[in-house]
Amino acid sequence: MTTTQRLSRVNAINWNRLQDDKDLEVWNRLTSNFWLPEKVPLSNDIQSWNTLTQQEKQLTIRVFTGLTLLDTIQSSVGAPVLMEDARTPHEEAVYTNIAFMESVHARSYSSIFSTLCATRDVDDAFRWSEENPTLQAKSELILERYRSDDPLMRKVASVFLESFLFYSGFYLPMYWSSHAKLTNTADLIRLIIRDEAVHGYYIGYKFQQALAEATPERQQQVKDYAYELLLELYDNEVRYTESLYDEVGLSEDVKKFLHYNANKALMNLGYEPLFPSSVTDVDPTIMAALSPSANENHDFFSGSGSSYVIGKAIATEDDDWAF
Amino acid sequence: MLVDAAAEAPMAGSLVYFSTKSGNTHRFVQKLGLAAQRLPLGRDEPMLHVTTPYILITPTYGGGEAKGAVPGQVIRFLNDEQNRRLICGVIAAGNTNFGEAYGLAGRVIAEKCQVPLLYRFELFGTDDDVAKVRKGVEEFWKRQT
Repeated sequence: MTTTQRLSRVNAINWNRLQDDKDLEVWNRLTSNFWLPEKVPLSNDIQSWNTLTQQEKQLTIRVFTGLTLLDTIQSSVGAPVLMEDARTPHEEAVYTNIAFMESVHARSYSSIFSTLCATRDVDDAFRWSEENPTLQAKSELILERYRSDDPLMRKVASVFLESFLFYSGFYLPMYWSSHAKLTNTADLIRLIIRDEAVHGYYIGYKFQQALAEATPERQQQVKDYAYELLLELYDNEVRYTESLYDEVGLSEDVKKFLHYNANKALMNLGYEPLFPSSVTDVDPTIMAALSPSANENHDFFSGSGSSYVIGKAIATEDDDWAF
Repeated sequence: MLVDAAAEAPMAGSLVYFSTKSGNTHRFVQKLGLAAQRLPLGRDEPMLHVTTPYILITPTYGGGEAKGAVPGQVIRFLNDEQNRRLICGVIAAGNTNFGEAYGLAGRVIAEKCQVPLLYRFELFGTDDDVAKVRKGVEEFWKRQT
């Protein structure tokens, strides 16, 4: 079994005595990234929303409802169970931040709904989410691990939720954004995407620390379980994706986005990527919506580097620079 | 076969990299299998001084601002004038989830030191990234000589 030591009593937390400085680094990163949906002018998307067909509106509301469910799970179950396994009081504190931000994410989707959508359509989508078998299946696969008595698999499930399961949903606002639609909504989703990257990275880091202390047999067992869970989630994700995106003809590209993100989820856990680059070549317009410079060829090595131009001036305000 | 041996003489330069405790960049460098020196993790440890040309590999920090994107230890290393004079290029790790700020540390250093940003990769890189960088670095040094 793992050697994770649960904190048996509560002592006053001292941020000036750290057992692991990664805790403070991530705390600082998360708190400086703090945001609320009110910061994003969602109402500027009303006109754009009205250009969507009824089918596109329904798809969008369903996708956001599915994302709301994942955020709710992570906020009310995921982060609290991780807190129980925390190795340091500072790690616990980081999970309180993660739990709260997941609530902010879930809250944000309701802000989008109240700004753009008809109440009846939203109610229909919440009903759909309760009855949709593939959405319920992914929720159950994660909750099963959260309820288990295996701290390592709890972290594995959590990283898969943070770094893989969200992406069948995140695809759609990136798609709309690449077509100059719902661009403010996309700005809000990008804030969520940024947060999830830090969550996946940090939980994955804590996982690798705990795993390093396990016996080689146990390490192998966890690795097998992790890949098994990923494949189970992946099969379900493919069905979920097809049920949503087939009617708009986007399923195949969404699957590439799933592959690309599954690889990153595995890497957050310290495991090798599973999907070869031949199936992770997401449409460049989606990648550009995610990260505007993602397709700029910074591959100097390929020979196109002769055209490398240093981009627009970047303010480098760090006081530490001496030149 | 002396001629061949000369053609395959050790590369003109090497790699210098920084990696935090999470070790993603360290793992990428290990997979490259090229000669590399790691910058010290702690501020109280003596800083590395290089004497030969090198390519710098660094992770990107922070949540999207240029401020704080370059790890403090990398800044300390580059503040040394000789270290700075010998840098030939930079490779940055990052995550596209940070949007505009993907691999930002690489762009900041490229601009400040006037060297090319050679490549970006995510987390500890895929096999494709490793193959491209390994080949690219070797050819890069050949072009320099």
